[in-house]
Amino acid sequence: MDKRLGNFLGAATLVLTAVSLWMVFAWVPTEAEQGIVQRIFYFHVPLAWVAFASFAIVAVAGIFYLWLGGQIWDDLGYAAAEIGMLFCTLMMVTGSLWAKPIWGTWWTWDSRLTTSFVLWLLYGGYLIMRAMLEESEQVARFAAVVGIVAALDVPVVIVSVRLWRTIHPAVLVTRQGGHGLEDPRMVVTLLVSITAFTLMFAWLLMTRLAVLRARTRSIELAKAIAMAEFRAGRA
Amino acid sequence: MDNFAYLFAAYTAIFAAIFLYVMFIWNRQSRLDQELRALESKLAALTAASDDAPEPESEKSV
Repeated sequence: MDKRLGNFLGAATLVLTAVSLWMVFAWVPTEAEQGIVQRIFYFHVPLAWVAFASFAIVAVAGIFYLWLGGQIWDDLGYAAAEIGMLFCTLMMVTGSLWAKPIWGTWWTWDSRLTTSFVLWLLYGGYLIMRAMLEESEQVARFAAVVGIVAALDVPVVIVSVRLWRTIHPAVLVTRQGGHGLEDPRMVVTLLVSITAFTLMFAWLLMTRLAVLRARTRSIELAKAIAMAEFRAGRA
Repeated sequence: MDNFAYLFAAYTAIFAAIFLYVMFIWNRQSRLDQELRALESKLAALTAASDDAPEPESEKSV
């Protein structure tokens, strides 16, 4: 990993996250109907955006791995799936914490919630499979296929609020068209939070990918040492 | 300030989880860095030993 780029991304993430927190808690007006709990929305939406972007990267990396081969694509898919799972879990936790005071329940089998839960289960399965099985080319190929198939659920989650009856709010693009944010400051706050989380995602992905590349290098070195020892034993 | 507890819990969960994940990555990174340094020096010693044959007994064990 380019250390300077990593440091820049880390610093930019910290600054922008601090700015977005200030905007969420001190600058943006309180929403009239939902009250203070609506402020969860400013981090819930970026979490969803980053989770979906991560799973899209898993699918693209899987396609490239099956097409071109190369450990880098497998490592990229693995790293993106792990980060996507973290953000998808947080998206569901924050959604649930918003739902309790607004809907009166932690969870309901609404179309968006159900499709999101399916997505979470699919990538949970992907990560469990990768953790349980020993790394090999066959496992990497299978993981690439699972990653691609699971990503097909992402567009389903996004359009679920339009396809089926749902109680989940469609804020960004309402059913009547336009967005449902009543004050321009709400739009700005959301955009800053989305940018902060996108930078955070890029930084986490680079860092996690560097760890996986180091692991690959360590396996290669162990093989080279075994070969060198074998040759020394024969000499 | 109705429902402040839900708001607080949501933001705490987000930052706690991300903090723990970053700690997990950094921990793995530092362990792997140590492992790589050890493997690289072992490989370098083995390569040097095989290049300088016949080598002294003291070098072989490195």
